[in-house]
This record gives sequence, structure tokens and C-alpha cells, in this order.
Amino acid sequence: MSCHSCSYLNKKEINQKTSKRLKIALAGNANVGKSVIFNHLTGLHQHIGNWPGKTVERAEGTLHFKGYTIDVVDLPGIYSLSTYSLEELVSRKYIAVERPDIVINVVDASVLERNLFFTLQLMELETPIIIALNQMDIAKNKGIQVDVNKLEERLGIPVVPTIAVKGVGITRLLEKAIETIEKGPREKPAEVGYGEEIEEKINLLTKALKEVQVVYPRRYVAIKLLEGDEEIEREIERIAPQIVSTAKKLADEIKSIHGHSCSTVITSERYEAAGCIARAAQKLVPPIRPTMGERLHNFTTHKITGYLTLVSSLLLVFYSIFTFGDYTSGLLSTLFNGLEPLFTSAFGTGITGSIVWGGIMEGFIAGVTIVLPYIIPFYIILYFLENSGYLSRIAFLMDNIMHKMGLHGKAFIPIMLGFGCNVPACLGCRIMETQRERLLAAFVTTLVPCAATTIIILGLVGKFLGIQWALALYIFNLLVIFVLGRLAFKVVPGESTALIMEMHDYKWPHLKTILKQTWFRVAEFIKIAFPLIIAGSFALKLAEVAGLLEPVAATLSPITVTWLGLPAITGITLIFGVLRKELSLVMLAALLGTTNFAQVLTPVQMVVFTLVAMFYIPCIATIAALVKEFGWKKALSITMFEIVFAISLGGVALRLLTLVA
Amino acid sequence: MPRKSIEDYLKTVYELSQNGATVSTTDMSKALKVAPASVTEMLKKLADKGYIEYSPYHGTTLTETGRRIAEKIARKHRLLERFLHDVLKIDSQKVHKEACEMEHSLSDDAEESLCRLLKHPEQCPDDGKEIPPCDLMISSCEECIRLHNQGLEEVGKHNQNLVAMTHLKEGQCGKISFIRGGHNVLQRLLDMGLTPGTKICVERVAPLGGPVELSVRNSKLVLGKGVASKVFVEVERTS
Ligand SMILES: Nc1nc2c(ncn2[C@@H]2O[C@H](COP(=O)(O)OP(=O)(O)O)[C@@H](O)[C@H]2O)c(=O)[nH]1
Ligand SMILES: [Mg+2]
Ligand SMILES: [Zn+2]
Ligand SMILES: [Zn+2]
Repeated sequence: MSCHSCSYLNKKEINQKTSKRLKIALAGNANVGKSVIFNHLTGLHQHIGNWPGKTVERAEGTLHFKGYTIDVVDLPGIYSLSTYSLEELVSRKYIAVERPDIVINVVDASVLERNLFFTLQLMELETPIIIALNQMDIAKNKGIQVDVNKLEERLGIPVVPTIAVKGVGITRLLEKAIETIEKGPREKPAEVGYGEEIEEKINLLTKALKEVQVVYPRRYVAIKLLEGDEEIEREIERIAPQIVSTAKKLADEIKSIHGHSCSTVITSERYEAAGCIARAAQKLVPPIRPTMGERLHNFTTHKITGYLTLVSSLLLVFYSIFTFGDYTSGLLSTLFNGLEPLFTSAFGTGITGSIVWGGIMEGFIAGVTIVLPYIIPFYIILYFLENSGYLSRIAFLMDNIMHKMGLHGKAFIPIMLGFGCNVPACLGCRIMETQRERLLAAFVTTLVPCAATTIIILGLVGKFLGIQWALALYIFNLLVIFVLGRLAFKVVPGESTALIMEMHDYKWPHLKTILKQTWFRVAEFIKIAFPLIIAGSFALKLAEVAGLLEPVAATLSPITVTWLGLPAITGITLIFGVLRKELSLVMLAALLGTTNFAQVLTPVQMVVFTLVAMFYIPCIATIAALVKEFGWKKALSITMFEIVFAISLGGVALRLLTLVA
Repeated sequence: MPRKSIEDYLKTVYELSQNGATVSTTDMSKALKVAPASVTEMLKKLADKGYIEYSPYHGTTLTETGRRIAEKIARKHRLLERFLHDVLKIDSQKVHKEACEMEHSLSDDAEESLCRLLKHPEQCPDDGKEIPPCDLMISSCEECIRLHNQGLEEVGKHNQNLVAMTHLKEGQCGKISFIRGGHNVLQRLLDMGLTPGTKICVERVAPLGGPVELSVRNSKLVLGKGVASKVFVEVERTS
């Protein structure tokens, strides 16, 4: 909203070519409203990518205001500037190295103390800061009154109250930010004083660091050295190793005095300071009756009603996505297939025509009929659940079950996504904290039966052997996920992290932000998946036209026929299934010349075929997502593993089933 | 102010105030064999440094910081006495004076080794005073060494009557006393505001050994059961 008014306001000024560039970064805890503010500021001029070499998302956008062209970066939501997570590292590097002209610290007014703890650390980085005191409406509902002037005075930083979802205060925030930049470096903001003993040591180290060239401010480096920050230690070790050992000695002194490690003492004192400021600036009048959100929270985390809500909401979500998806997907297919005569008349029915239609267009149609009907609603619902706060409740309820697999509760979310489509699921693994957990979670999600796999299970086994068999296969799939997940957890080295998360209050999500987030996520999906689906379908069509399919099927027959006991033709259909899993069933019908599979396949063959199709490979778009997140090597290892696993499993199943039958 | 005399003063206050009472300047003067005037002067300095609370009429008590230093030095002193007596066979009448000199230069590592060598003794040889447990310990030195070997770290202070957070019932509150865990997890917990001494209340426990939801610093946190079981709290008595 503000962006419209400002861009209108500033067209004149831009025409006068007074345009100067500024860089603004948004920083703050998770769920404080950064994305909503970011969207207000930048409208649709956004670009979402990754930080170089990291699987940490980087959202950037541009706006024009008062003759400035301003680049805005939305930093990831973090609680500290330590080295606990990639997000924290990336954020502090960005602020220290790229030196934005100002950092807008978005603060949740309803959780002031924890938010100020982060503010105090930002201040240590010595960049210009202003505070967006957001969620003033929620704070008010919770009976928290924040005295803006007092906060400003205690921190020595400008504070602008905002209600991001209503656009309140955003323009004022931007004005204040520009004003602060234009005023230039003022007197330093109030410093967080630590206790005398620690200050003494910080000063000693700061002096010792006088001669040393570092990107971070010296006082910050001194504090981090005392805290034993590994990254900073490594950096200083290279240039001035004696300072690191001095710091260690000083830290030990603190430890012997306080009986806690130095980083504990520093963190405690920082929280103490944050609490002190928070208490001075806020008045608490807790409401007598629990708020609506609190009652909803109690209901949705309760040991009975919580799980009931969880199951029914998941069922509802899947049911509605599948019905909607199925309907629109069918509609779109008919629509596109109606175009076929047009193509044949343009390119003829010869080789060119069939390659253009069967290769490129069908690949394109395949992509579109996944994206529009399934992926878009999926993301909308996902963001709705995330922004409202329900995902945290799911993580809370599912933590102990996920732990049996060595993952914590948050991993349930990508796994849940996987039932729709493995691609967003793989991308969704970013919510895990460490690279190891991201990889483990991604591996597990590629085993989850996605919508396409479900079509095979239902369309073959469900239809011809009965729904109970389909259900049994589904359950077997979940078992496999569980066992392989556990194994992977044992095999992949590293420390497993535990669930440590903030439980935010329920909030009504901001629709526009959700739609924008969905839009950018879908664009990302299209960029990853479309080229591969189209290229793959093109290559297959070429192979078909060149008459390569028969020889390929023959080459694969030792596996398909001898080991798996399937018709040779399934070799081809499984190759097509790489593009989109359900294609393996569609192709099977086409090549066998019937949709009544009971005529051509025995029940055992159906089960074996379905088993193999379930596990044999992540589809090509999922492989692309894996490559994007984890690199070629890991993506290929997972793919190879699953091929070998599925084939072995199929063969064993065949032998066991024939024994029983 | 030399470290040695700080430590000796604090240790004296510690020893004279075993049951938590304030210590009078006269008693200090007797125990240290120093004139009352000098004692008063020194106590004022220690109070300025924040190690003790001192008032001329009521006497002296240790602050938390002071108590830690005193406890540490008392522990070293008593371990040394045991060592001199049990291993070097020095007469128990003489060990006190020897230990007094050595305690200030004994490193923490040497202290730990002594503890191990002596099979974690619990009492002094000369006066039967209790040897304070090492910081890392719950009940014995053995445990502390085992913890060390596992690469686990700890923040906070052991006390009697501690329970793991997972033992709190819904609605129960307590004060965090110490936390044990890998380096990263500890840092994370501290960053989320779970510093020693912080008050927490358990809001909800997920069924079947699920995570714990707690309120801390006017906000809510969720901790997996594994982590929560390594956070030890002093239960607040509901009166
Ligand atoms: N009531 C209210 N909700 C808000 C406000 N700001 C953000 N929210 C909501 O808080 C949730 C998290 O916001 P988001 O911008 O995604 O947080 P981020 O994690 O900091 O990017 C969303 O559901 C928003 O709609 C506010 O000022 N008032
Ligand atoms: Mg965000
Ligand atoms: Zn003695
Ligand atoms: Zn002595």
C-alpha cells in the first residue's frame, strides 16, 4: 500500500534524475512481520534466490522513494548472531560486509524481551538501525502497552510503531529510515553495558585488536572472542593468533569467577539488559479472559482434540487439493489436447509434427497440469498454515514420532508436503536447521508417495485388487520410509539437532503476502521443473521416433523380465515414469493396448510393478530440486540408491508373493 | 589487591558462614590473624568489587560471585589437605598450613586430577569438613569425569533438589539451575533466553514423551524431550 502511494509521489523526482541508490536490510526474529513489511515496501519488484553457495533464501526487492532507488533485503528470521545456524552466519556477514545503509529491525511488540535481545546484538554490529515496533495490535490485545518514547530513549535508536498487516506506519517507517540515513552517523546509540569484569576484558581485547584489520567492529570481535565464537576465532587466528589465546585466557578467568562459561555470562547479561529495557518500556495488563487465539492454541495442542484437529485438517487439505486438482487437471488436459489438431495442421503428422507435439507440447502440458491444479493450491494452503502459526503446533504434536526417525517435529512438514508433490517438499526441507537434517529430511520426502504415485497405487492395485491392497501398499510405503529414514539417520554422520522453537500466537495471515509468496515459489518451481520435464519428454519422443525404445526394453529385460517377472514393455513405461510417475501407468495402458490391466497382468505382477514404481526413482523434477538444494553428487547418490533399492525390493516381493500365492 | 588475599578473605567468609549467617568483622580478624581495622578496609574493597555484601554493623555475606570463588578455593584447599595427608603422609596438624600456600596456584586441571587420584573424597582430614563438589558434578567426581569424556558441556550451577524439566507437571514453575548438552545446543538454549537463574513455567507436555511447551520471558518456547530432560530446574514451591 505504501509503495503505491510512494511510487506515485516520486515519479516526478525520479524523472528529475536525482535517483540515488540505498540499501536497506530487514532483520529480526522469525514471525515478527518482516515478510509482510517487505511486501509492502517492494510490491512486485522482487527477486527470490539463495545466498551464494548456501541453501538460505534471499529475498530482494526494489522501491523508489523520495528520489532514492532503494534495494531492500529480507534477512532470514533469527534469534541471535551466533554460529548456531547458517541463517545467523549469513545475516551477520551480510550486515558486516555489505554494510547496508540502514538495518530495519522488525520487533514483535508482544514479545519485547526476546526481540530486544536480538536488537542489542544488532547494535553491537554498529550499523545504523531503526526499529519497526510491529504487531502493536496483538500486543494491545494481550494487554501490553509499549511506550515508544521510552524505548527510543533507552536504546538511542529511532522506533516507529507499525501494524504491518494493516499497512499502518509503513510509510512513516520508510521516511524515518531515510531521515536517519540522511542525518548521517549520529552519536553512537546507547551501548549495552556488560558487567564490570566483562567490560574490562572487552576493553583489553578491543585495544589489542587496534592494529588488526577485520570486517566486523572491534568491540564486536572482542565480545565474540570472549564468547568463543568459532568463525571469528578462525578469522583472527589467521592474522593475530596471540589475541585468540589471550581471549581464551580472559574467558577462563570469567569462568572461574562466575562458574559459568564466558558465553553464558555474556548471554545472561545481554538478556538481563534486554529484560530491563523491556520492563521499563512496557506496561502489562494481562486480559482476564483468555484470548481467542489462546483458546484455539489449547484446543489444537490438546492430547486428544489436538490430534483430532491435526488428522481432520490434513484430510481436509488433501481431499480438497486432490478434488480440485483432479478436476482442473482434467479440464486443462482437454483444453490443451484440443490444440492438437492445430499443431498437426501446422507441423504435419510426420516426424516433425509428432516430435513437436509429443515431445515439447506434451512435456509442457504435463508441467502445466501439475503446477496449476496441485502446486498452487498446495503453496497457498501451506503458507496459510505457516503464517497462521498452525505448523508450529503440528511440529509440537508430531515431534516424538519424527524423533523415532532421528528427525525432529519440524520435519513432519516437508514430509506432509511430499504427499502432494516431492518438489516443494524437497525445497521445504530448508526449515530444518542444519545441512545434515535438510539432507535427511529430503531423502525421506523423496520416498513419500506423491499425488502421482498415489494415482498408480489406486489406479492399478486399488482398482483391480481391491482398496485394501492399495491401503496395505500405502502402509508398507510408510514403513519403508520409517526404516530407511532411521537407517539414513544412523549412516549420515553428524549431531542431530533437537526441536527448539518459539511457539508464536495464532495470527490471521496476511492474504496478499501469502499470494505473493506462493507466486514466487511457483515461479521457482517452474524454473526448476519445466525445462527438465520438457527436455525429458523431448528426448523420449526422439528415442521413440528413432526406434530406440524396443532395443532399450530388450536391454532392460534381464531386470524387468528375469528378475522382476514383468512384461518387457514395462522397462519403457518405467523410463517414462521418470518424467512424471503416473505416466508409467498411462504408458502401460498405451503400450499394452488396454486399460483393463487384469487381462494382461497377474495380481502378483501388479503388486510388483506398483512397488517398483513407488520407489524406483524420484521424478525428474524432484531430482532437479535435489540438485538445486544439495548438489549433483548427493542428488545422484539418492537416485542411484532408490533405483537399486526398488529393483531389489521388487524381486524379493515377487519371490515371496509367488511362494504365498 | 593480590588474588591470593582476595581468595583467602572470601574463603574465610565462606568457612565462617557455613550455615548462611553473616560473619562479624571480629571473627574475621581472629580467623585471619589480622587487625580489625585492616579487615574492615579489605572488606570494603571486596564489597566494591561485588564479591561480598558488607555493612559495618551487620557483618559480611558472600554474593553469588564471591561464593563461587570461595567454594572453588575451599575445594582446592581441602583436596590438597587430603593429598598431603593421605598420599604424602604428612601429619594432619601440618596439612592446613601447607594447603593454604598451595591452593592459590593449583590449576583447575590439577584439581580434577587430584579428585580422581583420591577417588573423590568427601571430607577433610583435619577437621572433617565437607569437600564441596566440583562444578561439573552432580553427585561425584566420577560423574564429572564421565561427562568430560563425552564432550558434553554444562552451563549453570548444581544445587540440591533439582529436577529435570521433563519432571515438571503442567502449570509448575521453576528456576533454571543448569543445562547440559553439546556446545551448539547450549548456545541455542541460551540464545532463546534459557539462561541460568531464569524462571520458567511448563505450560503443556505433549503426550507419549513429546516435547514440552514452556513460558519464559513473556514468550512461549517448545523444547524436544531430549533437550528438556537436560535442563535442570529448582522447583518453585506453590504456596
Ligand atoms: N495482527 C498482526 N499480524 C501480523 C503483523 N505483522 C505480521 N503479522 C502476521 O504475522 C505472521 C508472520 O509474518 P511474516 O511477515 O511472515 O513474519 P516473518 O517471519 O518475520 O517474515 C503473518 O501471519 C502475518 O500476517 C501485525 O502487525 N499485526
Ligand atoms: Mg519471512
Ligand atoms: Zn583445612
Ligand atoms: Zn587453609
